[in-house]
Amino acid sequence: MDFGLSEEQVLLKDTIRRYLETECPPPRVRTIMEAPSGHDPELWLGLAGLGVLGLHVPVEHGGSGLELLDAALAAEELGWACTPGPFLACALATVALVAAGNHEVGTRWLPAIAQGDAIVTFALGEEGDEWDAGRLATRARGGTLTGRKPLVPYAEIADAILVAAQDDDGPGLWLVERGAPGLEVTAQRTTDMTRRVAAVALTGAPATRVATGRTATDRARDAGLVLLAADAYGGARRCLEMTVRYVLTREQFGQPIGAFQGVKHQLADLATELDPALSLWWYAAHAFDRIRDRSERHAAIAKAHLTDLFDRVARVTTELHGGIGFTWEYDLHLWFRRSIFDRAFLGEAGYHRARAAELAGW
Amino acid sequence: MNLSYSAEYEQFRAEVRRFLAEHWTPEDAAATVSDPSSVATLGGAVRTDSRATTFRLKAIERAYLYRHVPRRYGGSEQPLDPLKAAIIGEEFRQAKAPGEVVGQGPSMLVPTLLEHGTEAQKERFVRDTLLGKIRWCQGYSEPGAGSDLASLKTRAVLEGDHWVVSGQKIWTSNAQDSDWMFALVRTEPDKPKHDGISYLLIDMQTPGLDVRPLRQMTGDADFNEVFFDNVRVPAENLVGRRGQGWVVSRSTLKHERALIGGSHLTRRAFDGLVMLAQALDLRGQPAIKDPTIRSRLVELEARLLANEYQGYRLLTMSARGDEPGLAGMVMKLSSTTLGYDIAKLAMDVMGDRALLAPGEPSAPAMGMFGTAYMWSLGVLIAGGAANIQRNIIAERGLGLPRDARK
Repeated sequence: MDFGLSEEQVLLKDTIRRYLETECPPPRVRTIMEAPSGHDPELWLGLAGLGVLGLHVPVEHGGSGLELLDAALAAEELGWACTPGPFLACALATVALVAAGNHEVGTRWLPAIAQGDAIVTFALGEEGDEWDAGRLATRARGGTLTGRKPLVPYAEIADAILVAAQDDDGPGLWLVERGAPGLEVTAQRTTDMTRRVAAVALTGAPATRVATGRTATDRARDAGLVLLAADAYGGARRCLEMTVRYVLTREQFGQPIGAFQGVKHQLADLATELDPALSLWWYAAHAFDRIRDRSERHAAIAKAHLTDLFDRVARVTTELHGGIGFTWEYDLHLWFRRSIFDRAFLGEAGYHRARAAELAGW
Repeated sequence: MNLSYSAEYEQFRAEVRRFLAEHWTPEDAAATVSDPSSVATLGGAVRTDSRATTFRLKAIERAYLYRHVPRRYGGSEQPLDPLKAAIIGEEFRQAKAPGEVVGQGPSMLVPTLLEHGTEAQKERFVRDTLLGKIRWCQGYSEPGAGSDLASLKTRAVLEGDHWVVSGQKIWTSNAQDSDWMFALVRTEPDKPKHDGISYLLIDMQTPGLDVRPLRQMTGDADFNEVFFDNVRVPAENLVGRRGQGWVVSRSTLKHERALIGGSHLTRRAFDGLVMLAQALDLRGQPAIKDPTIRSRLVELEARLLANEYQGYRLLTMSARGDEPGLAGMVMKLSSTTLGYDIAKLAMDVMGDRALLAPGEPSAPAMGMFGTAYMWSLGVLIAGGAANIQRNIIAERGLGLPRDARK
């Protein structure tokens, strides 16, 4: 039994951390998030160069052939740095493509994702916060897709979109390429400016079938839940670190405000909640990789718990900063906004708690 | 990272089941001594009768209990394996079989003796403590020394080959039922406060020692005041060196096992809560079908799982020789606040039946969840109140300034 990271995993995290500290500090985050696309090709190729985009791409498709846990460790670091860009979109597409096991489509897109040459996103959710592959309204008929996906990550810059939809036989997964006739992508302004979404309308758009059934879609969703939990953990950790530093330097009543018990105890409570939560998403990632019968429920529990925590940590740490925490100039709101994406995307905490209760047979 | 239950583990589970089927019959289980208050706090019967002892000895022989204690002192001395430990716990609970004895003896004194005790002390106390034959209480708090424990005043003076102890302890849980006390006493009055304390083992039958019960909010009297009037304790009962008692007592806190044990009890409380919610109806349907209760259950389960997996992580760190740091400091606060919230949800699951007092026959589970709710508050205070934990976490874990203290 072993419940810790390997040397390679620690090295991976350190490497990503060092890269993001120099290449993606908050001023750069702001530049990218204020650009029209919310995406920086240079940063993206840098991440590809570190192998971040191909961690869980199989070796035969040009990736490292690692597991979701490794991708989640990367997600933690990206959350820590508040890194803008389509990491989650491509990670979901990767899981879906691998789970689909469609060799031809995999060969076409997976190597390009790993190298940073193509951005592939994943379109699941529909109107009314619907994330269940068995209840989707988007229909496949005669090699085309028709329907609406209102909140698709980075669809605007995607080279291809994996679309969860249904045909007469039930759920399945299809791929639509950029520029396809009947594909209309409309950019949306987003609360979290570091993760963009666009509305996708499909009107008889030509599509390639990638998988039959809902397994590939469910696996991608579960992976997404774990990656969001990891991102939330990284983000929350950063908020806590920034705030500890702030309360050690900010003085009132003749002493650092961090010397007041009111402040100390609020931070201690956050640390007490956050620290064990790391083990929860580690386990959820590990279950996704190796303990399949616990995977779905743990992903749901981890997503609900960690994104709730990120929200709380971001709120309390902002409050601890006083007025400066409420300004645009101060960086903390970047993470506060990020916590909103982590909570809302793929379904909010209450939805996943209800699923977890159902999955327990309660 | 590897936590998967491989075929090896499934085989191990089957072995444990066979062992239990053979050695712990339904008649044994039916003879369970039901003490509502211990059931409520510990989630299962605590037995040290001869039937239980015979069973425990066999279970130790088969390496199912006390896996962290060397064989020569009565343990089964097994390599660290939380998965096996979890399987054993699950199967023993299922069979209502006696597990490791619950109490401050096995959880606090034994690790301390194993680290600091003399050979004679280990020989004399460890085995019998593990079997519940020697029951221990902890003599730490005093009327003037609560959160500021190191200011304790009960003094011990060496006269020949005896320490002569005078003073008073308070909040001493189960002193009335204990055979021995492990106590902190002041032996070096001239030294700075932390350096003047020694760790002493005191026979509760010694003349001059007087136990007076204190009634706690549950209505029962499980804790006490203990008075010492020239109580003579053989010098050989000193654990560690003279003046090193503070360090000796702190060393127990490092023992990760205690942390795991904590989440083990919380797991039992949570499983009990789920069973309660399945068994009780609220407004015409099982309570567990109520959306609010389901959501609260999953919230609590997330915290419980986080603590359990954090236990795995701490064990892995300890096996690798890494310092746990913040991860170790937060466990007490995390698990006691969780225990409180679990007990509170049980009260809500009972709905208006929470009005019925413990022991009232018409109360669900004889009202033991009401007792557990009150006890969960006691646990939050015991062993360093929550705000003391917060100070430790903030100061040592996060590096914030220390409070002014003398």
